[in-house]
Amino acid sequence: MDADAAKLIGAGIACIGMGGAGIGVGHIFGNFLAGALRNPSAASAQFTNALIGAALAEGLGIFSLVIALLLLFVA
Amino acid sequence: MANDPIHQFQIQDLTAPVSIGGYEISFTNSALFMGVAVATITGILIMATAKGSLVPGRLQSVGEVWYEFVHNMVRQVLGHEGKKFFPLVFSLFSFVLVANMLGMFPYFFTVTSHVVVTAALAVFVVGLVVVVGIAKHGLGWFKLFVPHGVPLAILPFISLIEIISFFSRPISLGLRLFGNMLAGHIVLKVFAGFVVSLGALGLGGIIGAAAPLAMAVALTALEFLVAFLQAFVFAILTCVYLNDALHPGH
Repeated sequence: MDADAAKLIGAGIACIGMGGAGIGVGHIFGNFLAGALRNPSAASAQFTNALIGAALAEGLGIFSLVIALLLLFVA
Repeated sequence: MANDPIHQFQIQDLTAPVSIGGYEISFTNSALFMGVAVATITGILIMATAKGSLVPGRLQSVGEVWYEFVHNMVRQVLGHEGKKFFPLVFSLFSFVLVANMLGMFPYFFTVTSHVVVTAALAVFVVGLVVVVGIAKHGLGWFKLFVPHGVPLAILPFISLIEIISFFSRPISLGLRLFGNMLAGHIVLKVFAGFVVSLGALGLGGIIGAAAPLAMAVALTALEFLVAFLQAFVFAILTCVYLNDALHPGH
């Protein structure tokens, strides 16, 4: 296989990881909303925690994006 | 290529190239926009606090909301003890927020879309955690890596995981901000490129170009949200990490 073609395929495969981050962020906000609707008075105090969790989950997806960009433009 | 989505991140020398000992130290567009960000923050806050009336005007309200927002964040995560870190967190939050927001102007350079800038900020934060932790608790700070109440048999593994997770913090903190800004700006440029290339196809293409144009408008709104959210996340994670320096025993 051509090395450039393998690089492009690798970048595409690396982007699959972002799907996992999408599931994770959706899970966090979905569960936050489910909890918030059960007990709305406690929701505002926990919104910061939801954002921290979303940021941590999203960071992992960003890693796979960075790997894809490295493959495309640097390697 | 005219509409290369990566071109916007190119660093250009604004003056004649200057180098000392093989290191380029010329004044670049990145340095210019860092200066613009600092000047903007300083200008807004000086103008907001100049009058200091009991019933705040518009600008003073902006300054008060800005201050209160960061103050509540620091108090919520770090408690009363964390008050001395407020100036640091406020500066980090303001710099990242204004740098992100300046990047949303067309043809402006986004300082935070370069990993060297965000990694420098992140390494500084985590380095500060180590320095403050050791200055405050001495060698007892290393209890951070030895959680309380873990069975002795699995303690080495837990410690190893804790150490790895600590050292991955500067990487994740820097890469998160960098990746979000880079990806967002690339997506904006890609959709703007669709509008141009569809418009070149004739009348049908121009009608079809309305779809990517609407998408680009929606994404611009999303990018403003991301610009704020990432500044907030950077500041709150700084607080969470500094909390480890103040209270290492979990």
